[in-house]
Amino acid sequence: MAYRFDFAAVFQHSDLLLAGAGFTLALTAVGAAAGIALGILGAVSRAWRLPLLNGLFGVYVEVIRNTPFLVQLFFIFFGLPALGVKMTEWQAAVLAMVINLGAYSTEIIRAGIQATPRGQLEAAESLALTRLQAFRHVVLRPALARIWPALNSQVIIVMLGSAVCSQIATEELTFAANFIQSRNFRAFETYLVTTAMYLFMALLIRQVLAWVGRRFVIGRTR
Amino acid sequence: MSLVKLTGVHKHFGTNHVLKGVDLAVEQGDVVALIGRSGSGKSTLLRTINGLERIDEGELLVDGAALHAGQGDLRALRQKVGMIFQQFNLFPHLTVGENVMLAPTVVKRRSKAETEALAREMLDKVGLADKFASYPEQLSGGQQQRVAIARALAMQPRVLLCDEITSALDPELVSEVLAVVRQLAREGMTLIMVTHEMRFAREVGNKLIFMHHGRIHESGDPREVFADPRTPELANFIGAVQAH
Repeated sequence: MAYRFDFAAVFQHSDLLLAGAGFTLALTAVGAAAGIALGILGAVSRAWRLPLLNGLFGVYVEVIRNTPFLVQLFFIFFGLPALGVKMTEWQAAVLAMVINLGAYSTEIIRAGIQATPRGQLEAAESLALTRLQAFRHVVLRPALARIWPALNSQVIIVMLGSAVCSQIATEELTFAANFIQSRNFRAFETYLVTTAMYLFMALLIRQVLAWVGRRFVIGRTR
Repeated sequence: MSLVKLTGVHKHFGTNHVLKGVDLAVEQGDVVALIGRSGSGKSTLLRTINGLERIDEGELLVDGAALHAGQGDLRALRQKVGMIFQQFNLFPHLTVGENVMLAPTVVKRRSKAETEALAREMLDKVGLADKFASYPEQLSGGQQQRVAIARALAMQPRVLLCDEITSALDPELVSEVLAVVRQLAREGMTLIMVTHEMRFAREVGNKLIFMHHGRIHESGDPREVFADPRTPELANFIGAVQAH
């Protein structure tokens, strides 16, 4: 007997799906903004070999990049309460995403900073700018422009990775999908719709970040 | 008192002894041409004068402010010394106007209106008033170098260092940059330039320094030195350059 598709069984829960997608996007927005900020701090610490911070960020980057995101999330949500650090599932999910993206973007942004031509730094030095002024006005924007596509991809990876947060009952899109599927047993339809929604969100984020890049980072209107 | 004075300056790059005790005095309004073969130490010498290269031994005085070997605060020194580079080194993400305004705004903390007026004045001086809103990549090499000159001038330096500023330019663009430098010299700006433009050095310069193996090998009035070099090394160098 042929399988009879029933997408209506999914769409009757569209409010759950949309709310889940909204939460996924919110998680990603907060995670990306704070993660990139953390990444800039990490990148400067590494590129300038700041005492203490360079070492700390070095260990942090290696630990995060060489362990599974799911384990990082479990450690934060289930492990840390043993030390008295209790978080809601939302707080844990955001924190895990920030920490995860912070590590990857530290390395990505560091590459951008270190690719700064020597002459740019010498020109800034000659104009009597301090190291910090030179970083802020001369180094940062071209560095971000150089690695913007790589950073965009990393943000999308983190957005897709947020599906894992359903495992601690963060009510994002995958959590909603699992819930709907457990009610209607329409796994094919539910996950096909969910797949389409993730795909759409990824393309949307790519567009938004490309616009942000053109408008604020690369800053060239030609 | 000399505007720039170097006394017994030594510089090493690892085991390479690049400057072997250089003494040099530059007076207000001097136009000094530094010449020599590549590796003779002329660029290094120039770069020590604004602290891009730290000196290992000796003393550097700029406008009365001393800088001893290994000493720290270079920012006071750098506000008195402007530098122009072979590769222009304009900031690609900023417009021409923003390039010129950046240092007066963030270093001297002048108001935006004040720095903008200053930037327009300096760009006008180098003949590029109409390029205020352009980006560096939209300009020719000669125009970019003139913006770099305006950018250095906006800090109102006492002395301007020029490191082979026409060497990266197409031949037809060299003269527009030299014309700006010539005008600055006429207005009394103190200039120290590493250059391969021997005719320009002879015409505009009032002091010629020939560097050889990390030392000042010969120096004097450019016209006399070119006409009658006292050392065989300089005679050889002039011959090699002119045969070129």
